[in-house]
Amino acid sequence: MIFLITSLLVSIIAASTPLMLAATGELIAEKAGVLNLGVEGMMLVGAVTGFVVTHLTGSTTLGIFAAILAGAGMALIFSVLTLTVLANQIATGLALTLFGKGFSSLLGRNYVGVAGPTLPKLDIPVLSTIPFFGPVLFGHDALIYLSFAILIGTAWFLYRSHAGLILRAVGDSHAAAHALGYPVIRIRYAATLFGGGMAGLAGVYMSLSYSPMWAEDMVAGRGWIALALVVFAAWRPFWLFVGAYLFGGIMYLSLYVQGLGIPVPSALVSALPYLGTILVLVLISRDRRRIRMNQPASLGQSFHATA
Amino acid sequence: MDRRQFHKILGAGLISASLPSLLRPAFADGPLQVGFVYLGPVGDFGWTYQHNVGCQQAQAHFGDKVKTTYVENVPESPDSEHVIADLAAKGNKLIFTTSFGYMNYTLKVAKQYPDVFFEHCTGYMRDKNVSTYNIRFYEGRFVQGVIAGKLTKSGLVGYIGSIPVPEVVQGMNAFLLGMRSVNPTAKLKFIMINSWYDPGKEGDATKALIDQGCDIITQHTDSPTPLQTAKGRGVKAFGEATDMTKFAPDTQLTADVNDWGGYYIKRIQDVLDGKWASTDTWGGFDSGMLSMAAFANMPDDVKALAGQAVADIRSGKNKVFVGPLTDQSGKLQLPAGQVMDDGTLSGLQWLVEGVEGKLS
Repeated sequence: MIFLITSLLVSIIAASTPLMLAATGELIAEKAGVLNLGVEGMMLVGAVTGFVVTHLTGSTTLGIFAAILAGAGMALIFSVLTLTVLANQIATGLALTLFGKGFSSLLGRNYVGVAGPTLPKLDIPVLSTIPFFGPVLFGHDALIYLSFAILIGTAWFLYRSHAGLILRAVGDSHAAAHALGYPVIRIRYAATLFGGGMAGLAGVYMSLSYSPMWAEDMVAGRGWIALALVVFAAWRPFWLFVGAYLFGGIMYLSLYVQGLGIPVPSALVSALPYLGTILVLVLISRDRRRIRMNQPASLGQSFHATA
Repeated sequence: MDRRQFHKILGAGLISASLPSLLRPAFADGPLQVGFVYLGPVGDFGWTYQHNVGCQQAQAHFGDKVKTTYVENVPESPDSEHVIADLAAKGNKLIFTTSFGYMNYTLKVAKQYPDVFFEHCTGYMRDKNVSTYNIRFYEGRFVQGVIAGKLTKSGLVGYIGSIPVPEVVQGMNAFLLGMRSVNPTAKLKFIMINSWYDPGKEGDATKALIDQGCDIITQHTDSPTPLQTAKGRGVKAFGEATDMTKFAPDTQLTADVNDWGGYYIKRIQDVLDGKWASTDTWGGFDSGMLSMAAFANMPDDVKALAGQAVADIRSGKNKVFVGPLTDQSGKLQLPAGQVMDDGTLSGLQWLVEGVEGKLS
């Protein structure tokens, strides 16, 4: 029984990590007032770049850095278009996803069906041999720990640091922040690039650890889930964690239940994670006052300094 | 069409205007153009990859006499009709459409091009100039079952299904029958992931089956992820459609390998000889369309047993779906001594007793 729960938890952690990584990045971008719908495309480009670089150099570390840079590079395209030449954020974000899909297929053309290296597990000596707690807490690869470290760091940054306060101010009222002398556009650039880098990291987690290979469109909609999680969690880091693990958990458990022989149509199983996550997150975010308090007031609006 | 081809045709057109008598024999002696329509990228390392291997074998076999062209990533939508019609319009005389979803579009284009021959893979509708062809994939599943039945310690084997269509149902039943032929108490558990290709879900389904006590995994989906996940958990597994050894050399027991090349060569030869006729081909081990990758990671006696199973099916001694067969509810579906006919087999929608879980 203990063994069963252990392996269930380990599998759920693996399924949830890409969602949490990408959603954390998008949270920062949205808190600064930038709505980037290109998460899916940035994840795909990150996944393929990380896989290819790891394959060429043999180093997963280099692959991870390359993926972060690739994701940030995609975000830079988005930033130039929306922040400098003031294109519409929603249209540009959608275009970025479509571009990312095609571009990642092009980059990965010669790497489909190539056996790739896998991210090593950190297996901390002594600790990872403790029954139950060992495998659940200490038997993962580095990116899983990193996903928690970054989420906690993000929460601290947003609500406990001066810089975070400025970032939230830019997202809530860019005109006021500008009047106070803060460089609105530069802060938004930084936040969007961070979001892109995190999407790249989420992508490379998929191509090096979750299903270690490159396949066209392998992110399979997880970028959209990450976007939805940010909104449903009402821009609060803790609920982001809950949402990501809820979705990952239902995704895995719905397959698990089918294996137990309970007759569920496989089409319904595919829809369950979406239904379940929407239901629970609607329940936790039904407090309108809290949403209004947390939603960045200038979200999705272009900023043009008039004075 | 690239520019060089265009110039060639343009040049040919100019010559034909002035010297019609010289041109016609030149065209008749030109290579036979053969087109292929693929569902995935040629690098999917599964279904489409194997079709393209067959295409390349045919090209190498015929050399200058044949010119093959393929179009990859063609969705099973009305778009495919344009692709097929385009290939026909460009002078391809034989066109292979390699996925089930192209069926209606192939038939429609075939009506517009009565002097072009069409071959539709895995379909069931034919016409004067449309043939169908498929592989008896279930024969390979039986052999996998024999191996799994011998090797399983927990008596429970996991099957990652895609969509519960007859081909997958045949596969699960044949696997169970193979397993039961050497291990009368072994059971099969399955998970349908509702997709032919979703590496993330395939991996998760593998983990779920292993967590539930399965110690051998087989897959009816196209990516190597189940094999890699099984490797991570220290469990043995089977590859799918192509030899996936390089993804997990210490994990893959064997794999069904789809060999389309022989069939393509035969059908192209028929066109060259003027003998092409509309037929329905459903080939197994005996036709050379299906083979098994090298048996590995198992003791020699199991290898011998698996080899014998292949030989028995190839010689026709073992017809796989032979009565008595009872379904999950205990109802006798096929009386003792009878062999299931191809019509019943190709519409199979019930699971043999011993498979756990319900089709829904």
